[in-house]
Amino acid sequence: MNATSAIRRPPAPPGAVRWIKKNLLSTWYNVLLTLVALIFVFFVSRGVLRWVFFTANWTPITSSLKLFAVGQFPPDQVWRVGTAVLLVSFLFGLSWRVWGGTVGTFALALAVGGAAVAVLPFELSSGVRLWGVANPLLVGVGYLVGRTSLGKPRWAALGWALSFGGTTALLTGVRGVSWLPRVETGLWGGLLLTFLLALVGIVASFPIGVLLALGRRSSLPVLKLFCTLFIEIVRGVPLVTILFMFSVILPLFLPEDVRVDRVLRAMMGMTLFAAAYMAENIRGGLQAIPSGQIEAAKAVGLNGLQTTVLIVLPQALRMVIPAIVGQFIALFMDTTLAVIVGLVELLQIGRAVIQSNPEWLMLDMEVYLFIGAVFWVFTYAMSYASQRLEQTLGVGRR
Amino acid sequence: MEVMEAIERGRTLATNLAPLRNMAKVKMSQDSRIHVLTHSGTPFWRDDRVLKAIAQTISAVVVVGFLIFFVGNVIRAANARGLGLGYGFLGQAAGMPLGESVIPYDPAKSYAYAFLVGILNTLKAALVGIVLTTLLGVIVALGRLSPNWLVSKIAAVYVEVIRNVPLLVQLFVWYFAVYQKLPPVKNSIQWPGPVYLSQRGLYLPAPVPNATFGAWAIFVGTAILLAGVLYTVLIRYQLETGRTTYPALTAGAVLLVLPVVGWFLVGERPLTTEIPVLDKFNFVGGLQLTPEYAALLSGLVVYTGAFIAEVVRAGILAVDRGQFEAARALGFSPMQVLRLVVVPQAMRVIIPPLISQYLNLTKNSSLAVAVGYPDLFYVGRTMTNQAGRAVPVFVMIMATYLVFSLVTSAIMNVYNRRIQLVER
Repeated sequence: MNATSAIRRPPAPPGAVRWIKKNLLSTWYNVLLTLVALIFVFFVSRGVLRWVFFTANWTPITSSLKLFAVGQFPPDQVWRVGTAVLLVSFLFGLSWRVWGGTVGTFALALAVGGAAVAVLPFELSSGVRLWGVANPLLVGVGYLVGRTSLGKPRWAALGWALSFGGTTALLTGVRGVSWLPRVETGLWGGLLLTFLLALVGIVASFPIGVLLALGRRSSLPVLKLFCTLFIEIVRGVPLVTILFMFSVILPLFLPEDVRVDRVLRAMMGMTLFAAAYMAENIRGGLQAIPSGQIEAAKAVGLNGLQTTVLIVLPQALRMVIPAIVGQFIALFMDTTLAVIVGLVELLQIGRAVIQSNPEWLMLDMEVYLFIGAVFWVFTYAMSYASQRLEQTLGVGRR
Repeated sequence: MEVMEAIERGRTLATNLAPLRNMAKVKMSQDSRIHVLTHSGTPFWRDDRVLKAIAQTISAVVVVGFLIFFVGNVIRAANARGLGLGYGFLGQAAGMPLGESVIPYDPAKSYAYAFLVGILNTLKAALVGIVLTTLLGVIVALGRLSPNWLVSKIAAVYVEVIRNVPLLVQLFVWYFAVYQKLPPVKNSIQWPGPVYLSQRGLYLPAPVPNATFGAWAIFVGTAILLAGVLYTVLIRYQLETGRTTYPALTAGAVLLVLPVVGWFLVGERPLTTEIPVLDKFNFVGGLQLTPEYAALLSGLVVYTGAFIAEVVRAGILAVDRGQFEAARALGFSPMQVLRLVVVPQAMRVIIPPLISQYLNLTKNSSLAVAVGYPDLFYVGRTMTNQAGRAVPVFVMIMATYLVFSLVTSAIMNVYNRRIQLVER
């Protein structure tokens, strides 16, 4: 809604005084309200600023930045996480040139974020600072590569598809490659795990969601019943119960010799949960397709499968992209619930940091506010980008 | 001239259409033959009905096969660990201490009773939370719509900050950083009046009913009933005759006067307040809110309030500007415009998402487990750990939450049907 107000904003006010009169002092009760609000803002901001700069003790955070970022990931292997992020930076740069529009916002955000890491006022190793600088550089390189003959949608798509394999190999290790030893998923933690949970959840839930949505709209009663039941049951219970079910009950559901490790179980829970919501989003898109499209496809001679895959889905999915981004943001925040099944994502790291040093036991406020701020920066940036996305998509809509 | 032309055109069209109509008739008479064709002419692998039946069977077999596979594994695993899958254990003593309960509870009570305590605790958090968060949300929404720039910016900052930070992080801040960092009981903070805030929670004066409370309750009930009847009758009279009858004023007066009169008529005071008093180690008497409950409630109310504010704001903005202007032009005061024109129309947009926010709040109350408030999920999880019967307990937890959401969607459907009736 920021964006719409930006469009509809009337021409600049003719003078500061008139603006103040109109917006703050129009009636006697408005004057009173302004006064109360001013006093409120003054005391709150004074209190907050004083606390942030003088009272608060930020040592638990500045001295555990590595933990917050990647958890227990072996220190000599952290470069692999960094490389994975650089890969993403490069691909975003490439996609910016290829697809343009809002992808650029994401790419810019990544570049700015990297640059910000480089100038953080904490004690950071020069390697980390170098990595921060490398991020915007790689976005730039990606953009330049995009201007060559490689800058085609199919190459960018191929790059993204390959990056999943590459990232997995980097993060888990490859058997038989000495410089990529195995890293147990139990060692993943912090912001890394938070992002992985959300990303895996949203990516893996996408195909399941598409199938469920199609199933729910299918004319086959049995299929429709199963899909509807699944969607409604999952949406009717809290995420905690689903995560807990996967952590406690999944081992019972599977044959005894099949073992699934804890992180993977949480990812499966997240995926199924997200799939139910994804299905409803996609169903919304499917319903928005005018029936003329389907009739026209039939008239041209396409069969049911072709109509769905070639005509209905491409239009429906395009329509629900903003909803999917919104769902990703929600899922990103929901990853904190993994604390309850004992995963060491960002929030759990915060808890562990507080308990790691008896002197820090009273510093809950600092640590949790820091974590809240980290989440806020990411989610706010993403929702801003998604608003722009909605606009760019809206422009092209017929 | 033009009319004649149009009639002429219509006539031509009808004549042109005649063959088409005849064709349709022929087609209809041939229908039986088409029917035969489908059966003998089309090979069965192209027959739509056969294909659909096959697809149905396959999907059913796949799903049922998975279910059998999972259930078989569960039964095998349960047998291997010597755990049954029945609900017989519900009668055993729970043996778990619960921090608080709406009904009297001690660990000697059965598992079933402990589960009921959990459900009631969830409802206690959810119902109180719903009332408070609605208040907060409406206030913030009005603030955001306020023409006062500063006020609307403050409300906007609240919404944008709260909505973008995970609820669990907020709960941790409330519980670990706020309520647990309060001073110990000895130095508890005293608010104006006998309200004490300390590490042990919030202590408030509690109303205690006396023997005469029942008699007074009759007065209150009568007042509510009478006020309702008076209000409807007066409104109808006013609508029919156009004479001002002050329905709200009359009903309000009845609602106020009758209970007050009753208070003095019944003899002894029907309600006395019990004030919390500092004993050796803790406060005694009064109403206690544990820090766990207070943290959960604060977190849920503040978090959901931001979403409700957006719902309410969207609802009010959805009312066309022309509605305001027309009502103003008819001579309504700004307050009347809001009450009689804007709110009734905005309600239609607001209620459905509002109810789903209420459901979200109820589901989110399961995060209570993180701060140790013994809600439904907390009790269920402890039962799983203690009795080891994960599957049956889990079915109970999920079923309870599903009942909550079924009830919610039933209410929503009823409401939607009602407003549609009003519309048509």
